[in-house]
Amino acid sequence: MILGPVSDIPFGEGRTYAVGGDMIAVFRLRDGSLRAVSAVCPHKGGPLADGQIDNKVVVCPLHLYAWDLATGCSQSGQPSINVYPVRADGDQIILGD
Amino acid sequence: MTQRLVVIGNGMAGARTVEEILARNGDFTITMFGDEPYGNYNRIMLSNLLAGVEDEAGIFLNDLSWYADNNITLHAGVRIEKIDRSNKIVIADDGTKTPYDKLIIATGSSSWTPPIKNIHNPKRGFHQGVFAFRTLDDTRGMIRYARDHERAVVIGGGLLGLEAARGLQNHVSEVTLLHAMGHLMERQLDERAGHMLQASVENKLGIEVVTNAMTTEILGKDRVTGVKLADGREIPCDVVVIAAGIRPNTQMVADSGLPVERGIVVDDQMRVQGQEDIYSVGECAQHRGNLYGLVAPLWDQAKVLADHITGRDVSAAYTGSKLSTKLKVAGIDVASMGLIAPENDDDEVIIYNEPKKGVYKQLIIRDGVLAGAILVGDNRKAANLIQAFDRAQALPEERAEMLFDIGAPAGEVAPADMPDDAQVCNCNGVSKGAICGVVNAGCKTVSGVMDKTRAGKGCGTCKPLVQRIVEWAAGGEAEEDPAASWYVPGVPMPKPELMAAIRKYELKSVSSVFEKLVPGGEHDAKSKMGLASLLKMMWADQYVDERDARFINDRVHGNIQKDGTFSVVPQMKGGVTTPAELKRIAEVAEKYQVPMVKLTGGQRIDLLGIPKEQLPAIWADLDIPSGYAYAKSFRTVKTCVGSDFCRFGVGDSTALGIAIEERYQGLEGPGKMKLAVTGCPRNCAEAYVKDLGVVAIDGGKWEIYVGGAAGAHIRKGDLLTTVDSAEEVIQLTGRFLQYYRENANWLERTYSFVPRIGIERIREIVVEDSDGIAAALDAAVEEAVQAYKDPWKERAVPATPGQFRTSLPLTVLPQVPVRA
Repeated sequence: MILGPVSDIPFGEGRTYAVGGDMIAVFRLRDGSLRAVSAVCPHKGGPLADGQIDNKVVVCPLHLYAWDLATGCSQSGQPSINVYPVRADGDQIILGD
Repeated sequence: MTQRLVVIGNGMAGARTVEEILARNGDFTITMFGDEPYGNYNRIMLSNLLAGVEDEAGIFLNDLSWYADNNITLHAGVRIEKIDRSNKIVIADDGTKTPYDKLIIATGSSSWTPPIKNIHNPKRGFHQGVFAFRTLDDTRGMIRYARDHERAVVIGGGLLGLEAARGLQNHVSEVTLLHAMGHLMERQLDERAGHMLQASVENKLGIEVVTNAMTTEILGKDRVTGVKLADGREIPCDVVVIAAGIRPNTQMVADSGLPVERGIVVDDQMRVQGQEDIYSVGECAQHRGNLYGLVAPLWDQAKVLADHITGRDVSAAYTGSKLSTKLKVAGIDVASMGLIAPENDDDEVIIYNEPKKGVYKQLIIRDGVLAGAILVGDNRKAANLIQAFDRAQALPEERAEMLFDIGAPAGEVAPADMPDDAQVCNCNGVSKGAICGVVNAGCKTVSGVMDKTRAGKGCGTCKPLVQRIVEWAAGGEAEEDPAASWYVPGVPMPKPELMAAIRKYELKSVSSVFEKLVPGGEHDAKSKMGLASLLKMMWADQYVDERDARFINDRVHGNIQKDGTFSVVPQMKGGVTTPAELKRIAEVAEKYQVPMVKLTGGQRIDLLGIPKEQLPAIWADLDIPSGYAYAKSFRTVKTCVGSDFCRFGVGDSTALGIAIEERYQGLEGPGKMKLAVTGCPRNCAEAYVKDLGVVAIDGGKWEIYVGGAAGAHIRKGDLLTTVDSAEEVIQLTGRFLQYYRENANWLERTYSFVPRIGIERIREIVVEDSDGIAAALDAAVEEAVQAYKDPWKERAVPATPGQFRTSLPLTVLPQVPVRA
């Protein structure tokens, strides 16, 4: 599924997309690759797309819990978040394999 | 390939080292030889066994099943007589030969017997009734014999002798302690502390102590009837215990041709000097000229040895230990570390002496760090002192704080006394039990525990308690976090080095800092905000602003709320507004159906619950600059009505507050900066508890206070100076804030920063210009002032694509615009 142009997401930031009934946060790492995870923090519902990232983790802006962007695993004892396959095809963000 | 590992010595050092090797999944078949016919027991607890407060089962660290479970072949009661290095075998006293690929020598020490006439019996070792105090068998023999006897003499007034004397009181009615030196524990205590301890031992415990007592002879033909001293005095007794010190067991090792001086000479990897495959650890090892008889250094040695022998970390190095002890000696609290007496004329010596209570405390400070300390009778500050000593930490200006809990709530809770479910962190709801669980799972740094549990990550007031619990739960093995001194967690440098490197390489963006200064160039999300703030301060308009380095608040210029909405606080300089401005705010609040309108503590109006996508429109309708109520920056200047209306006011605080806010609005820093100006010492604007507070006093003067706080932490600011004009207030404010920006740690508020630097030093720099940097500080803050732009002007053209796009369904999902 095409979510939109890659240029919609600045390097090192995330944007939220509604896909079916789900909210998905897509991040564009500084190395150019994309990551997609569920958009809602399982702790208190924080907007993960507003979180800061590096090439490994996203940090929720509300209470600063961190999750691995590749595996969805929490680094601070919280439940995992979903991860989704995502890639760039030309200028477009493609969600799914 | 599996290698054969032989360990000579089954004491605390040998067994601990094997445990460390097993923990690293070392691939060895392990054979251990122990002189004593037992598993491994805690030698330190023998005095408890003697005192009857512990039984034999309770002192074993590894019983025989541990060896079986870990496939270790234990030869207990077998002594190694020779190491044949050329054939790589060890030869035991029963003639058996055991080959090794790697060998560890952990032969420990033996009790030292002073040359005393008649102490030995040619047939049975010691004279009947004379005991050493070193092994389980010694202790058993002593207990058995003492049971039917009445008067004991202990030779040796060190730690072990005192423990023996105390333990023997459990079995005999009279105990005399003989010490050859002038005062007890002369290796750990100075004379005064030794005498204090002696008084307590005599008066509280009823043990007679004789110092300067050189024992020359054991009296009695078949069995002991007394001892004779060099001055001719005879002391009748029927039990004699020798506790005069220990000597490392190195004879066999020396005979085998290995390098032995006072102990077995080892390198920083704990290898015997010049040997690739032979290691030595514990009391028998001599490292950089030092022998260690305490357990803490031994644990460190065991870790390094295990890292090296298993190949887990071949660069691991033991560099020596700073010795400290904290214990109950015969029921009396004693702690000692480092120097016991000053050595140089300028060593600072601090002594507290209260003989009636048996309390004595001495500190020796050299070049601003703790070089030695002695405590007798009160160990409450021992843990803090040991940490300050170990880590050469900066010491409080008020030296007395190191000796006493000054200003702390009476009866500060001890971690040991807290129930497991006691809530430690009231912000994030973390219990003592949760903290201990993480420590027991292997995390032994305070910051690591804080990261894992989030304890102390709210208001931060519980951090000292979290630290105490971690140190308690780690049993004194809490590890120093190297990152504690770094400016941000992801770049391994303290602030001064970091700033120097940034200048040297002209790093003007956050990503360039990671790429140049972090080994491997790894980026770190949790470091970005601190670096962005620092770079902006350093480079002003040359800073390359990567928006992802900003926290969301700084990307959209509002404070994120629990539901993902934002708060909007328009600037209201000095808390002064107009009817027209109020009307505009009211109209905006109505138009956008703002869920809550609230007055802030900083004398402004807060519009709460604004969706991100509405921010630009609201700013446009308000047409007031940002109040910066979301950033680590200059926030507000709170004022009182001052001299215009107030009948007490002696200075125009409102006008000055507005002028200060006008000039320094939006100035970013390592932490928030909240200011106030008040028109008289009645302090209605709360200037004494602000990062910088100005108080008008009679005669047209202004007092400037810095380092105050009234949040989670409460502190009255220190008086920086008193000046004659508003202009001087404005100039010194900028200079102080710039000094804080350049020198404070990330998120270090002025209430920590000012006492850390010291108000006198800050006054020298900021007011008196003793360092000659005042002009540079003024110029730097001027540059920052000139670079100010109202961030709410970003409303016209977003700085990034989708800057104000929603990140969450604020109410229900279908309201979110779906992008095709």
